[in-house]
Amino acid sequence: MAGNYALSVVTLILYFAYTGQAWNVMMGFAGQLSLGHSLYVGVGAYAAGGLFFHYGIGPWAGLPLAILFCVALGLIIGFLAFRFGISGVYFALLTIAFAEFTRIGFDHLDWLGGPGGMFLKVAQRDTWDILNFRGPPLMYYYAMLFLCGAALALCSWLLKSKAGYYWQAIRENEEAAQALGINTFRWKMLAVAISSAMTAVSGVFFAFYYNNLFPEQIFHISRSIEIILGPIIGGIGTLFGPILGAAVLTLLSDGITDGLAALGWEIPGIKQVFYGVVLLAVIMFLPNGIWPPIARKLKL
Amino acid sequence: MLTVNGISKSFRGLKAVSNASFEIPEGSINALIGPNGAGKTTIFNMIAGVFPPDSGSILFQGKPVHGLRPDQVCTAGIGRTFQIVKPFAGLTVLENVMVGAFLRETSTAGARRAALEILERLQLAAKRDLPASSLTLPDRKRLEVARALATRPKLLLLDEVMAGLRPTECDQMVEVFRGLNREGLTILLIEHVMRAVMALAQHIGVLHHGEVIARGTPQEIVRNPAVLESYLGEEAEV
Amino acid sequence: MSFDLVANVVVAGVLTGLVYGLMALGLSVIFGVVRVVNFAHGEMMTIAMYAATVLFASLGLDPFLCILPAALAFFLFGYVLQAGLINPFITRPEHSQFMLLVAVAIIMVNALLMIFGPSARSIQVDYQLESFEIGKILVDKARLFAALAAVVTAGLLFSFFKFSLIGKAIRACADNHLGALVVGLDVKKLYALTFGLGSVCVAVAGCAMVLLVDVTPPLGPAYTLLAFVIVIVGGLGSMPGALLGGVLIGVSEALAGLLIAPSAKSMFSFGLLILILLLRPQGLLGKNP
Repeated sequence: MAGNYALSVVTLILYFAYTGQAWNVMMGFAGQLSLGHSLYVGVGAYAAGGLFFHYGIGPWAGLPLAILFCVALGLIIGFLAFRFGISGVYFALLTIAFAEFTRIGFDHLDWLGGPGGMFLKVAQRDTWDILNFRGPPLMYYYAMLFLCGAALALCSWLLKSKAGYYWQAIRENEEAAQALGINTFRWKMLAVAISSAMTAVSGVFFAFYYNNLFPEQIFHISRSIEIILGPIIGGIGTLFGPILGAAVLTLLSDGITDGLAALGWEIPGIKQVFYGVVLLAVIMFLPNGIWPPIARKLKL
Repeated sequence: MLTVNGISKSFRGLKAVSNASFEIPEGSINALIGPNGAGKTTIFNMIAGVFPPDSGSILFQGKPVHGLRPDQVCTAGIGRTFQIVKPFAGLTVLENVMVGAFLRETSTAGARRAALEILERLQLAAKRDLPASSLTLPDRKRLEVARALATRPKLLLLDEVMAGLRPTECDQMVEVFRGLNREGLTILLIEHVMRAVMALAQHIGVLHHGEVIARGTPQEIVRNPAVLESYLGEEAEV
Repeated sequence: MSFDLVANVVVAGVLTGLVYGLMALGLSVIFGVVRVVNFAHGEMMTIAMYAATVLFASLGLDPFLCILPAALAFFLFGYVLQAGLINPFITRPEHSQFMLLVAVAIIMVNALLMIFGPSARSIQVDYQLESFEIGKILVDKARLFAALAAVVTAGLLFSFFKFSLIGKAIRACADNHLGALVVGLDVKKLYALTFGLGSVCVAVAGCAMVLLVDVTPPLGPAYTLLAFVIVIVGGLGSMPGALLGGVLIGVSEALAGLLIAPSAKSMFSFGLLILILLLRPQGLLGKNP
């Protein structure tokens, strides 16, 4: 099943590329460092998953619900943060606190499976059933490919529009932006809303791709960090950064894990050490990510 | 056009501005001068909405603007520059001005058009694709003005925009402002560079220790004994 | 729910909280002076805890005897970390500094996982099962000693900052970076020194904590977050605040564990963090921004 393995790797790359792009809207465009994005993946996943688990309602109906919940949560966090003037490190800590609070909360929510997890029934894996989002790995690959493409198109359009200019202005110098008539609160909220909505879709995909949800895993801070690794390594605020970063990270890390396994070294934790080292190297030597120097070479 | 009525502001018990009042007629160029710490920028900040006055009122075209947010003040038609320039360093010169232009333009193409016009005006058009961080100080000052102009203000607040400019650069700026004023822009400037003040201002207000100690035409001000004592010096030559 | 039970739980919470407070004190000192968010703080504490288990397993050293060598080693480690890795980053944007330490934290936690594996390690000494009786309150010996170690270390640190020349120089850096440079202070060296001191706090807290809690790699990020909660609740830049915050969190965790469920105790801490960030971001004893 080598073909399926390769497909799953590419699907994973696309998943992280897409989710990283969603995070990028908040960070790269509006300059707000969210270290709790796993919150939206988790809430989106449980919203759609819960609907399916308890009522048999398919993902297409779960999707708007997931988006609704995530946008509401995002707006609450954004409102609390921006109204009270919380930014930078404090904002990051606030997002972490919300994600952790929710993680522990869901651990005690037995109606959604509690710590033991929630398992979605998989009817079949052979034919493409778009309505219930069930099918062979190829279907999931195409779904994620479509999402990535859509995200790229959306972000590209946003960057060139008034929103893109305003966000960059806010990111560069919020005071100067205000003096130019920009209601920075409203625009920051917009970035948060779009980012959380996009991430909600990730969550729905996650639910129907992996079909088991555990609060300890899906809301964990490691997930939040995984989400941001791609954009940071690829280049915050750029269009192709998240995709490039996700690709590099996944391919290299899988390569290293497989290489080490071939040598007989299967040690838990080695993949994450690798992530850490790559992250460290990129931050130290290529602070704007891998993409900008490549873009310059390609004269883009 | 702008009526400032008895505004005061204290910071932690220290009175920065005390019962300041003045009027800016439409279409005029006005200057606010005075020694450092006199409260000039504080008054600017109150007009621009950075913080509200503790007391008093500020009316712009008959409507109260005191207590509004900075972005609301700008939308109402008052633009401002900052004493320490704040360019959007990661954006190009053109993009910087486009940010301002988007207040009145809806499309990106329209904003670009409007921005280019203003850049031409301020002789920055040739540098439009350069990153703002690469500009020299005089160009940064011009960018700051261009950006504020892009919001199509009716009143422009200029905070020490001549500081650090050489005399020729200063004269160029003076010409730009004169031209804009001829087209109907009302200007209020804070300045230490008396060369620019005397060349531009039709009315001058003098601030000292947070209080307005004199108001009048340039000729009246340079002869005012209180002004000479507190700021200009006995041998003021302009 | 007898009064005795609650009283015992509260006392235990206060004592544990003092150890938390020492850990947070290290973070507060680092953040207050160097202005860097040490996202690897809890991971460093976990390393100290593991070091204590290794020293105990190989040399039979009681953790409290490990304190001195651990403190020395960690001081050097912190000094080098700041001087070598972090100092060049001071001028970079905030999120860069933040991510730098996130990377360090990831490496630390997973290196621990690689070396020690996921199962818990602990130290067993005789006096762990003994306690003092004060009226109806039973005070665990180990817990009391741990709290004492924390208080003594904190006291030493207070005196250092208040009375020594270097301590005052460090405080000067914290208050006014530019002014310190102008006066000729070697700010970078003082930063490294401060990070070293913060690391000493972590080393002592780790050695003390290992008698109270079994150590596993995931404790690292958990303690980092806890340290931040405490520092923010207690007030950034306030040393007594860190200890007060620690005690508050220690007690609230203990009570939450008793009244709700043991697994819910950190939920309370995070809720508290959110509230403080919103209502009083300078913390209980912090200076008004």
